Amino acid sequence: MHPAPSVIVFTVLSGAGFGLLAFLALGAVEVYGPAAFLLWGVGYGLTVAGLFVSAFHLGNPSRALRAFTQWRTSWLSREAWASAGALLLLAPVALAAVMGGRLPGHFGLVGAVACLIAVVSTAMIYAQLKTVPRWNHWTTPALFLAFAATSGAILSGQARIAALLCLALGGVLILAFRLGDGRFAAAGQTLTTATGLGQDGRVRQFAPAHTGPNYLTREMIHVVGRRHAMRLRVVAVIFASLLPFLGLLVLPPVLPVMAAVFAVHLLGAFVARWLFFAEAEHVVGLYYGQRQGGPGVRWV
Amino acid sequence: MGFQEPKLDTSPPVSDEVRKTTCYMCACRCGIDVHLKSGRVSYIEGNRDHPVNKGVLCAKGASGIMQVTAPSRLRAPLKRVGPRGSGAFEEISWDEALGIAVSWLKPLRETAPEKLAFFTGRDQSQSFTSFWAQAYGTPNYAAHGGFCSVNMAAAGIYTMGGAFWEFGQPDWERAKLFVLFGVAEDHDSNPIKIGIGKLKGRGARVIGVNPIRTGYNGVADDWYGITPGTDGLLILSLVHELLKAGRIDLDYLARFTNAPCLVDAAEGPGRGLLLRDGDGKLLVIDKATGKPAPFDRTGVRPDLGATHEGARTVFQHLAERYLSDEYAPEAVAGRTGIPADRIRGLASEIAHAAFDAPVVLDREWTDFRGETHAEMVGRPVAFHAMRGISAHSNGFQTARALHLLQILIGSVETPGGFRFKPPYPKPPEAHPRPHCGFNPNTPLDGPHLGFVHGPDDLALKADGSPARIDKAFTWENPLSAHGLMHMVIPNAHAGDPYRIDTLLLYMANMSWNSSMNTASVMEMLTDRDADGEYRIPRIIYSDAYASEMVAYADLILPDTTYLERHDCISLLDRPICEADAAADAIRWPVVEPDRDVRGFQSVLVDLANRLKLPGFVDEDGRARYRDYAEYIVGHERRPGVGPLMGWRGKGEETGRGAPNPDQLRRYVENGGFAVAHIPDAAQFFKPWNTAYQDWSVRLGLCDKPQPYLFALWSEPLQRFRLAAEGHGDRQPPEHLRARLTAVMDPLPIWYEPFGEAAGADYPVHALTQRPMAMYHSWGSQNAWLRQIHGVNPLYLPTRIWEEHGFADGDWARVSSPTGAITVPVAHMAALNGNTIWTWNAIGKRKGAWALDPAAPEATKGFLLNHLIHELLPERGDGLRWSSSDPITGQAAWFDLRVRIEKVAAPDEAQPAFPPVPSPVPPAPRNRP
Amino acid sequence: MTALPPPSAKKLGLVIDLDTCVGCQACVTACKGWNDQGYGAPLSDQDAYGSEPCGTFLNRVHGYEVSPEAGPAEIVNFPRSCLHCEDAPCVTVCPTGASYKRAEDGIVLVNEDACIGCGLCAWACPYGARELDPSAGVMKKCTLCVDRIYNENLPEVDRVPACVRTCPTGARHFGDLGDPGSAVSRLVAERGGYDLMPGMGTKPVNKYLPPRKKGAAPEAPLSPLIDTPATGFAGWLDRLLEKI
Ligand SMILES: Nc1nc2c(c(=O)[nH]1)N[C@H]1C(S)=C(S)[C@@H](COP(=O)(O)OP(=O)(O)OC[C@H]3O[C@@H](n4cnc5c(=O)[nH]c(N)nc54)[C@H](O)[C@@H]3O)O[C@H]1N2
Ligand SMILES: Nc1nc2c(c(=O)[nH]1)N[C@H]1C(S)=C(S)[C@@H](COP(=O)(O)OP(=O)(O)OC[C@H]3O[C@@H](n4cnc5c(=O)[nH]c(N)nc54)[C@H](O)[C@@H]3O)O[C@H]1N2
Ligand code: SF4
Ligand code: SF4
Ligand code: SF4
Ligand code: SF4
Ligand code: SF4
Ligand SMILES: [Mo]
Repeated sequence: MHPAPSVIVFTVLSGAGFGLLAFLALGAVEVYGPAAFLLWGVGYGLTVAGLFVSAFHLGNPSRALRAFTQWRTSWLSREAWASAGALLLLAPVALAAVMGGRLPGHFGLVGAVACLIAVVSTAMIYAQLKTVPRWNHWTTPALFLAFAATSGAILSGQARIAALLCLALGGVLILAFRLGDGRFAAAGQTLTTATGLGQDGRVRQFAPAHTGPNYLTREMIHVVGRRHAMRLRVVAVIFASLLPFLGLLVLPPVLPVMAAVFAVHLLGAFVARWLFFAEAEHVVGLYYGQRQGGPGVRWV
Repeated sequence: MGFQEPKLDTSPPVSDEVRKTTCYMCACRCGIDVHLKSGRVSYIEGNRDHPVNKGVLCAKGASGIMQVTAPSRLRAPLKRVGPRGSGAFEEISWDEALGIAVSWLKPLRETAPEKLAFFTGRDQSQSFTSFWAQAYGTPNYAAHGGFCSVNMAAAGIYTMGGAFWEFGQPDWERAKLFVLFGVAEDHDSNPIKIGIGKLKGRGARVIGVNPIRTGYNGVADDWYGITPGTDGLLILSLVHELLKAGRIDLDYLARFTNAPCLVDAAEGPGRGLLLRDGDGKLLVIDKATGKPAPFDRTGVRPDLGATHEGARTVFQHLAERYLSDEYAPEAVAGRTGIPADRIRGLASEIAHAAFDAPVVLDREWTDFRGETHAEMVGRPVAFHAMRGISAHSNGFQTARALHLLQILIGSVETPGGFRFKPPYPKPPEAHPRPHCGFNPNTPLDGPHLGFVHGPDDLALKADGSPARIDKAFTWENPLSAHGLMHMVIPNAHAGDPYRIDTLLLYMANMSWNSSMNTASVMEMLTDRDADGEYRIPRIIYSDAYASEMVAYADLILPDTTYLERHDCISLLDRPICEADAAADAIRWPVVEPDRDVRGFQSVLVDLANRLKLPGFVDEDGRARYRDYAEYIVGHERRPGVGPLMGWRGKGEETGRGAPNPDQLRRYVENGGFAVAHIPDAAQFFKPWNTAYQDWSVRLGLCDKPQPYLFALWSEPLQRFRLAAEGHGDRQPPEHLRARLTAVMDPLPIWYEPFGEAAGADYPVHALTQRPMAMYHSWGSQNAWLRQIHGVNPLYLPTRIWEEHGFADGDWARVSSPTGAITVPVAHMAALNGNTIWTWNAIGKRKGAWALDPAAPEATKGFLLNHLIHELLPERGDGLRWSSSDPITGQAAWFDLRVRIEKVAAPDEAQPAFPPVPSPVPPAPRNRP
Repeated sequence: MTALPPPSAKKLGLVIDLDTCVGCQACVTACKGWNDQGYGAPLSDQDAYGSEPCGTFLNRVHGYEVSPEAGPAEIVNFPRSCLHCEDAPCVTVCPTGASYKRAEDGIVLVNEDACIGCGLCAWACPYGARELDPSAGVMKKCTLCVDRIYNENLPEVDRVPACVRTCPTGARHFGDLGDPGSAVSRLVAERGGYDLMPGMGTKPVNKYLPPRKKGAAPEAPLSPLIDTPATGFAGWLDRLLEKI
């Protein structure tokens, strides 16, 4: 899949934002007044910025509100509800904190659950797609949750929990990479099932439908070199998980340290998210003779 | 809350108006319904009532709208202001443009009309342009047939009085076996597709003989991946097998062909010609009497096995020749690349379909001998062939071999076989002979092109030198019925046979895809004499678009697009007839041009008026026609017979009748075409069927019935052979005697294509194919089609792919004896193992066609033409032999032999030429 | 909401005959031409005359090469457009309700006025049948020419999709695949019409007819009339001419 910057930024930032909001909502840190304004502000800021960037991915952003209508069937719609819901539900909690007060615990709890739903909904947009076997797996929501939780924990200064989550995230990442590699083959779609031709599998693309590019080839067929991908995976694990873990372990949990740890983690998160898209193969690539690591000609 | 489907208007208005005219994206000439919204073309679809396409359109036709709105359309007449080839032009008015043209053409006509060479490309108005050239008085006129498919046309007409494509078609309704030789697309684009669809729908067998298995060959039930240039051998081997098994139609041969005619065996100038009676009628031996009789006498039953005073029948000659072991499947398997058992299998399939399951129509008909047949019995095996056979230097004889095969099994003009389309059948004798008598201020002494029957008909000057600039109808290529457009520029540049002054070209991209050896043609067009004059002093060109050729002209006469002008698809030249009907058509301006352009035919009428050409002006020098529309309606070729057959006289007459001023309106009302159905009893056996002969006279196709025999034995060829052996007054030059003797065989033969002389250094065959969704060079300006074919990889068969270790994305350097190109490659398994190929004419010159100079067509696309030379490599005999068929002069595009090597990918395909400045403003980026 | 409607009795769709499709691309440009001026926004072409022309098409024809166990390789042309799936994932993923399946005849459409251009439906479609038009910012897909097939401004014979009407070989068939007696259903039954990627669970309405088996005909070889080498040409001629 085409690793569109808008979608990468959106999912990473909003994930981190919801993570932070959830920690705040659960009262992991006791902050009031300006400090609360700052932390909650960061949470809201990341989330809203992410959602805002996501609009760049739309062909018709002016109609974005329509995305709220199909919550019964559409994960994207649910995500819209959950995001808006979380932000709204947490508003009084945040307001109270800024005002120096505090609302009863279940207010925060409900908000935190909403954040969770928002993150899972985002993940489910991808995980539901049978057409992208790498995504179509429990590791996808696990990954999104792990990222949100880790980011949230770091941002909310929960060094211990963050360190543990970093380890867990590393595990989920590696698992997602490893399990993901076999998913396309396991899904069983081949050029033969796609075309019904060459029952013994001896069918290949002779000429593309158009020698020119098109929406599909640009959007859904993205080929990354195998060696390149392997290097990036290592980078993702090191930056998103390993370095933050070590940092949290050995350095004091002071603001500059946490900020630096978050920056490193965020970098890893971007790389991981880039790979999440770039390595994902859509079955439509079969029609174009394009598979990751396989042969395939780019004509123009 | 249930989901509410949005309100949907499923009956929106389709358009304001539909105007019916004729497509122009290829010579198929389908009927189209042009939808207009607010006066602009909004959608184009096929005309369901049209005899050619019956509602369907191909990819080009269905995207015609992109042709009409192309940014590459020329906008006004252009005068060259920089050096030729530099692309520096200034826009001028039509008055100035026509003034310049007249100032060049008028003095020329008054002194040396032959110094105007007027060549028109895939011109759909040849009866008009040739009429113009004849009136002007130059012998130098032809259209593109010489580099296209004259082998097919000439072999068909010389053998059976008609040819494939526009002159005939398979009986799609009844054929049970269809064998297709060397066709990727053909002119009869939609009818072939409709036909193949019908065959498939009925479960009939389709067989493709082609080195490449795409398109029609892809859907064929069986495929013979033949080695290029060897079809003649394969076909004659099939003939061998059929003869050996006696699976031929003896009755048909005896009645309708010259198989029972007697071949003069007496030494002398008549040897090898057919015996005739005092009236010049062919003689046969009548079985009833055992005596010679003219072939067409009532009641004669010709005897195939007769001998008469030492003369044996054609049948015996041919049977003896092809029964020879030389043609046994084993003997040809190696060369053709088709195993012997596969050849046997094909022969048996043909025999089975032809004889075990004949088609019998319950229709009575009467033949030219007065015999009435209760039914029409047909051999449901249909063949079709085109340039795969035609574009080789042995193409004429190969096409003859194929016709021989068709005729031997009795499948020509019989139900289920091959059927002529009016105005064919028409024997070669019924065509004009070529004329080349020119004098200042005088029309030519007759039509330029025609059919040669012997050395006397050659277009030679008194000193024996060629009368025509293209050397058509000379000893080098005596039967060059369509001229040799590909030799015009090289010959004019060399001043051989003479220098010319003005080259007038119409819709032919001669500085690019329609020339062999493109780079040197560009040099020839810009080359100067010592005095600084261009070797070809003046070039006038009419194109509708910013093609590569535009830069090489001195004066550009911009044409309209096909929806903006009148045109006439006439029975006088290449109509749109079907096997069961005569039909012709028009184009008319369904929209007005939005630029300062004029239909070229109307411009020619204007020029003719200014030059006061006979036929265009009356005795007082007054113009008879203001424009082409008036010419179409008013011109009469013979009294009562004009360009269009429909609604003549007072609007009631078809074929013959006085000019009708209302004629074009009637055509428009009828959807742009007219159809005259052939009566049922006249639909088959047309060359011999009295009902058809009478019908064709009534329609004005000819003035008297002209039944004839198919010429398995070709006397015109034998006459050239006799000349080569020293008989007759007109004698060939010494160096051509041996070749004439070898190739001018009165019976079909196979000889090695001349390209094979390239030898072992160039072991691989290289071909092009037409993409179905692209028309030569001008499809690339079509925003939709260029997305489908924006680059043209060179396809390599598995053997070569693996041998050189190619991988996807690689490039190769391909060299021929005369050139080299470096191009992207791709793998294809469904391909003859010794053949490589690419799509034709995708490669573009940077700057042409209003495309971005970085367009893939210009950076990765390429032409094979750089490898193909109009002359064969030097042989050390001091002569330069042309790479053409020695009989017709047909350009031998597919003789090409190459060698291939893997190279590092260059920045762009080689050779790369500097960009030409565009004569039109840059194209908008996006559409709409 | 864009839940799928209950399965309709009428299931309009296409049947594409891979045995007959010559790959001429007529259906591609006819579709482009019709839909450029019909349903919804035009099908734009970006960089139309430039170095990377990239346009929106609703129907594309691929070329595949099949190498059977025995015999030479074959080329199969393969048109690809929306299959109007019964279990259309492109519909259920849509957050706006723009993507929907008609309850009446099963045609899957995009209501362009409601589409936000998120692209998710195109991701959900296994067949690459949806293309987001960058100029209009809305999702485009085959409409089964819903503005032709019921259009009372067109003569009745013309109430078929543009691609079907133009296909010169007749390789494209249109009809009701919900009616087992319809011509298309019978064709599917006779010729073994099949689904693409059945494993995706989309239940396509469109069907593909497989290429027929290719190769030599079973005819017995011809037997010579006579032992020609033994009898010579004269013997052959006598024997042959006895036949008439
Ligand atoms: N779409 C489209 N249609 C066109 C045109 C176009 O440009 N585009 N051009 C028009 C014109 S001008 C013409 S002349 C016609 C030509 O129409 P075609 O005759 O179909 O011309 P080509 O595409 O050159 O195809 C030649 C075929 O012959 C095969 N071939 C080559 N050598 C041999 C051989 O030795 N033996 C056999 N058996 N096969 C061989 C090639 O593989 C190829 O398939 O098409 C016309 N129609
Ligand atoms: N390698 C290789 N080369 C080949 C062939 C091959 O098979 N292989 N085939 C050969 C054959 S058979 C042919 S016929 C030639 C074809 O070669 P050309 O006849 O040169 O073909 P086009 O490229 O179509 O060029 C025709 C010109 O007509 C112009 N034109 C289009 N419409 C109009 C119009 O309405 N009015 C006017 N005035 N001009 C118009 C176009 O812009 C273009 O410049 O190519 C030959 N070249
Ligand atoms: S075959 Fe295509 S391009 Fe040629 S006339 Fe017909 S529709 Fe036009
Ligand atoms: S083919 Fe694709 S777009 Fe069409 S209905 Fe099926 S899933 Fe949806
Ligand atoms: S692109 Fe339009 S139709 Fe597709 S899912 Fe998004 S809103 Fe729905
Ligand atoms: S049915 Fe209509 S919209 Fe669909 S592919 Fe055919 S022409 Fe295009
Ligand atoms: S129009 Fe018909 S034959 Fe041509 S590509 Fe489309 S389906 Fe195939
Ligand atoms: Mo041609």
